[in-house]
Order: sequence, then structure tokens, then C-alpha cells
Amino acid sequence: MNADVDVKPVPQAPLSLAHQFDDLVQQREADDLGMWLFLCTEIMFFGGLFLAYTIYRSRDEAAFAAASHELDLFWGTVNTAVLLTSSLTIALAHHAAESSRRSQLVALLAATLVLGSVFLGIKGLEYHHKYVHGLMPLLGLPFEWQGPSRGHAELFFDLYFLMTGIHALHMLIGLGILLVLLIQASRGRLLGDFSAPVRVTGLYWHFVDIVWVFLFPLLYLIGAR
Amino acid sequence: MTVLIDNPPPISPPPQQAPRHHYLNSGYSFRSWFLTTDHKRIAILYLLSITFFFSIGGLAATIVRLDLMTPQADLVQTETYNKLFTAHGVIMVFFFLVPSIPSVLGNFLVPLMVGARDLAFPKLNLLSWYIYVLGGLFTLYALLAGGVDTGWTFYAPYSSTYSNTYVMATAIGIFITGFSSILTGLNFIVTIHKMRAPGLTWFRLPLFIWSTYATSLIMVLGTPVLAISLFLVAMERFLGIGIFDPRLGGDPILFQHLFWFYSHPAVYIMILPSMGVVSEIIPCFSRKRPFGYAAIGLSSFGIAVFSFLVWGHHMFVSGQSVYAGLVFSLLSYLVAVPSAIKVFNWTASLHKGSISFETPMLYALGFVGLFTLGGLTGLFVAALAVDVHVHDTYFVVAHFHYIMVGGAVMGYLGGIHFWWSKMTGRLYPEGWARFSAILIFVGFNLTFFPQYILGYLGMPRRYHVYPAEFQVLNVMSSAGASILAVGYFFPFTYLLWSLRFGKIASANPWRAAGLEWQTTSPPPTENFEVTPIVVDEAYDYRRIDGPPADGGAP
Repeated sequence: MNADVDVKPVPQAPLSLAHQFDDLVQQREADDLGMWLFLCTEIMFFGGLFLAYTIYRSRDEAAFAAASHELDLFWGTVNTAVLLTSSLTIALAHHAAESSRRSQLVALLAATLVLGSVFLGIKGLEYHHKYVHGLMPLLGLPFEWQGPSRGHAELFFDLYFLMTGIHALHMLIGLGILLVLLIQASRGRLLGDFSAPVRVTGLYWHFVDIVWVFLFPLLYLIGAR
Repeated sequence: MTVLIDNPPPISPPPQQAPRHHYLNSGYSFRSWFLTTDHKRIAILYLLSITFFFSIGGLAATIVRLDLMTPQADLVQTETYNKLFTAHGVIMVFFFLVPSIPSVLGNFLVPLMVGARDLAFPKLNLLSWYIYVLGGLFTLYALLAGGVDTGWTFYAPYSSTYSNTYVMATAIGIFITGFSSILTGLNFIVTIHKMRAPGLTWFRLPLFIWSTYATSLIMVLGTPVLAISLFLVAMERFLGIGIFDPRLGGDPILFQHLFWFYSHPAVYIMILPSMGVVSEIIPCFSRKRPFGYAAIGLSSFGIAVFSFLVWGHHMFVSGQSVYAGLVFSLLSYLVAVPSAIKVFNWTASLHKGSISFETPMLYALGFVGLFTLGGLTGLFVAALAVDVHVHDTYFVVAHFHYIMVGGAVMGYLGGIHFWWSKMTGRLYPEGWARFSAILIFVGFNLTFFPQYILGYLGMPRRYHVYPAEFQVLNVMSSAGASILAVGYFFPFTYLLWSLRFGKIASANPWRAAGLEWQTTSPPPTENFEVTPIVVDEAYDYRRIDGPPADGGAP
């Protein structure tokens, strides 16, 4: 920012400008930087889980590979496709919001919401499948593991449920935010200069997708099938 | 519209009355305080709540010190003793030291120092206070319901498999409070990046801003790791998974790695802001630009970076590999480099300055001495062989209290005195304040210096029954603690007194440099009547004071 820009008297601050900011550019940059920093904290949060995964996998690779083969590769792949598509729809939603196309924005937010819900539905089916087959070593449920290294196989499933569970929790929070955005958008808000919530929610949603992009190979694709 | 603001005249006449409109009288309703988004009011909310937690933590320490007067278990049961030192540690670390300077002084000063109307995200700022209070309530509940006995470190399996106290309520409280820390740090970083006044370049920023920025980086990057480690302990308790359970091949040491990955950098969350405060006070009371401005500023980042690479020095005797121990030992030594750069630069800043010993300066000089002692003994414990001898003894307790109390608390009190006039519009009574600063210094040293000796002689920490030969030193320490308690009581009293009876402060009673002194005391809600434009370097005391009277070299 330089002084000669600032000296110009501003006749009327735009409605979308919060009082603490000087102009919309400053506000936009602050919003974006804030969200990126928040995503950095999320990376550190998931980092602890990835560290635990790396350590225990390196201690017994065979057990992790054997346990990984119990996961359903088909539904995992479908879910990956679903989630990546939702990233596309929210990116388009952001574009629609910035260019003030209301009906397009509503449709794309709804599509993202549906795709996210489909992902969680499929995840729920997979969880149920594990429960039925005695591969859910949580809350004292029986762990019916026939293969070798029972302890490490159990750790694999512990980590599977923790990592996908925390990921699903992030999805749920994202779906809640999307629902609020959808209601606002259907009332004609979030357009043009007011599109910041769509933009930062989009960043968050992409982050949640990228976490899945790491989780999918680490959990489903290890060890030759 | 903006106007160029010049530095204030050297001696401004003392005002007869406070400015008509300021942030404190802009509203008196419950709503105007508890739903405020004004960073200055939120700072006051934090000031009140951390003082409350400091009192509780101090009370626990008082009972601990009383119990240690005798070698037997006279005052409290062994289990109660465990709960008391845990309560002291948990409350002081997570609910006082970590939020102290950032949330009170940082909240108040960061927008003022960068010439902004508020932080970048005012509502988020209010939210982080509510999160802090919510976390505090969980922890208070745990204390009232029965206490925690794991120590503030929550090592697995004490906290997981073999836990028999209210570990989870406490851990949830700390987990929640962590988000307060994260949001505060995030807010500061964005504000410092994006909201600086025109002309306020990075190398014109006050050093307090540099250290707050470095602190915020640690908060943003470290706290989530604490969150995930406490989360994993909670999942181990609630879902019965076994990440830290050796029966499944899990590893309790992993908890220590994750915990110290946050909690060692957390030490620098506590000390870096104090360093920032000292870097403001010393130039003001020696009337000079600090020696090595850039070195002091950049060494804050050096400390922040190194802080993430040294966690293993807490685990020299925990079954970590010897080679890892060697590397961590070396890296721990490296932290001494930026720390020493700061100490040498502060000392050099005093050289040929016209020094005066007002209360903030007494605290700042106390900080430099005590931090140096605490830092040098840190080198002892960073050395592999010496650490095996002094690990888990009172030597370690004395070391970190020199940093945490001698460093962080002295810096906090110095800062509160330095900016009290700005926060409240009143001056504190200087005589009483100097007296209690000296009392605190004496009481502190009497409390903690004997603990170095105790530890070196082999008294382990966290024990309350000890051989009779240690009693003399323990009684000395307890006597010092009573002086320290009286020393803390004085500021509490006279600062409250000054709110009503203190002299009305001018905008800049210290004739200090910095944007926060160019607005009225207390500042108006929007901070500045007009957005300031910065044309000077930071700490331009030569310009404020004018040429020296004797015509000699400045």
C-alpha cells in the first residue's frame, strides 16, 4: 500500500467492506491468508495421524498390507471419483458466485452438497461392512482377524477408522457450511463482492479432498493385490 | 482522509482530564462487553480471566510449597499432592502463560502498533475468548470433581490405560483452549501481514510485533499437534483403540514425541512475547534505538524455527535411541545462539544510553538476568550426560521456572506496567510499583535458586516426602515463595487502586516511540482519529529527545 493511494478521499465504503479494512483488495487478501493459515493448522493436525501411520506401518509392513486387502477397493475408488468431482463443482460454484450468476451458483452448491453426502453414504456402507465382518476393533467389539500379526492388523484398522473418521468429520462440517451457503445463495446473497464465503469454503473443501487423495493410496492401495 | 502525524513534542503537559470518548466509556451494558468485537475490550476480558486462573494456579503452588516445608507428608495426602502439582502445572501453562502476553498485550497492542482499526478478524477474536473460557470451565470442572494426577504432561499410559482421575475432562479443556490459541495466532499473522499502516515496512515494525509474529507461527503450527495427541489419548479411552498401547504393538513413546513436538515450542510461545516486551522497554528507558534491531527481530524467527527441532531433549532417558539423543542435544545447543544474540543486543542497547529505572525497566532488567540464568542452565540439561544426572530433579524445575516465572511473568508484569496508562488512562503509583518489582525479584530468587542446589544434590521432582537433609533448602524455597506471593499481591492491589485514584495519564507518559503512543490514553474505539502514516524508523529516540544538551556524542 502506498501513501498517495490512501490520501484520496473515499466517498462511500462499499457495503461488503468490513469496518477494519481500508478496501476490498485488503479484505480479500486477509480472508484468503486467514483460510490458508487455518489449512496449515489442519495439515499439522492430520500430520500427527500420518506420523503414527508411518511408524506402525514401517514396524510391520506385511501386517498392514494384509489388513489393507480387507478394504473394498471398488467402493474406495468410486468414492475418490465422487469427491474429486465435488471439488470441480465447488470450483465452478466459486466462479458462478464471482460472476453473479445466482441460479448457477445454487445448482452447483447443491451438486457439491449431494456429492459430499454420497461420499459419506458410501463410507457408511463400508463401515457397516467392516462391522459385520468383525473388523471394527472399537468400543470392545470383537476383532475376528485370521491372519498373522494380530496386534498390528488391529492397529491398522484403528488407524483406518481414526483417519477416515476424522476426515468424515471434516466432510460433515463442510456439508454444514455448504448448507448455510446454499440457503444464503437461494436468497440472492453471496454474489459479486459478497462471494468471499464461497471462495474460502471452496479452499476448505479442496483441502478435505486432498487429505482423501493421501488417505486413499495409504489405506487402500498398499501391498500388491 | 489521512494526515501525517508527527512525533509528539518532547514534553507534553500533563492533561487535566481524560479524553471525552474512548473505548472504555463507549458503552456500559453487558452486551457492549460480552459481545464486543473491539480488540481492546477483548484484551481486558482476557486480562480478567487469566488473572483469575493465575490466582488458582498460584493457590495450588502455595499448598505445594507449604507441604514441602517438612520432609514428611504432613499437610496433604500423597494423591492430593499429585493433584495439586498437576493443577498448578496445567493451569499455569495452558491457562495463564500461553495466553498471557499474546492474548492481553498482543490483543491490545498489535492493531495499535501497526496502525490498524482492529485485528483482521474481530469476530474470530471474540470467539477465541469464548473458546478459552469454555476450555477453562472444563478444566475447573475436572479440578472440582476430583482432580488429575498425571502431571501437566499427560504421559501415556498414566493418562490412558492406568488413568484413574479426571484426565479426560482436563484434556478436553486443553484441546478446546488450543483452538483459542490457534485462532489468536492466525488473527495476528494476518493482521501483521495485511493491515500495516502506510509506510510501516517490515523493518520499521516494533520488535514486539516481530516476536508476536514468531509466537503466532508456533501457535498456528504447534497447537494442532497437541490437539491430535490429546485426541488420540481420548480415543484410546473412549473407543478402546490402542495407538499408545504396547499390548497391540502401539508405543507410549509416540505420545511423548507428539506431546513435546508441541510442548517444547510452547515454551517459546511463553517466552518470545516477553522478549518482545523487553525489546520495547529497554530502548524507551535508555533513550536509544536498540543495538542490532534486525538481529533481535530475526533471532525471534531463529528461535521459532529451532523450537520445532529440539523436542527429543525431553526424552533422553525415555528409551529414545542414543543417536537421536545426540542430534537433539546438538540442536538444543543451537537454540542458545539466537537467545544469546538477543541478550547481547539488549545489553549493548544499554551502552551509553541515558538509563532510568522506572518500574517497567526494573522488570526488563530482571528479565535479562533471570532469563540468562535460566537459559544457561538449559545448556546443562541439554547435555546428554548431565541430563541423565539431573533429569526429573528439582534442577529441571528450577531451570524452567527461571524461564517461565523469571522470564515470562517478569516480562508480562513489565509490559502491564509499561502499557497500563495506555490501557486504562491512569498512572500506577511508581513508588509502590518499584518496591514490589524488587520484592518479586528477591522472592523469586529465594524460591528457585535453592531448587537448583536441591536438584543437583538429587531431590526428584514431584515427590513430597524427602530425606531430612534437604529440609533447609526446601524451607528457604518456601520462604521465598511467601515473599513472591506478597510481591504479586501488591500490583494486584495498587493497579486496581489506580483505576480510580491514579493520576490521569497523558497520551505518552514515557515519551516513547511507537504508534500506540500517538493516540490518546485510553484510545478511542477506532484507535486513531486518522490513519497514521509512518515516515520514521522504529525507536527514533534521538529525534524524540532532540540533540543532547551537552553537545556530546549521542
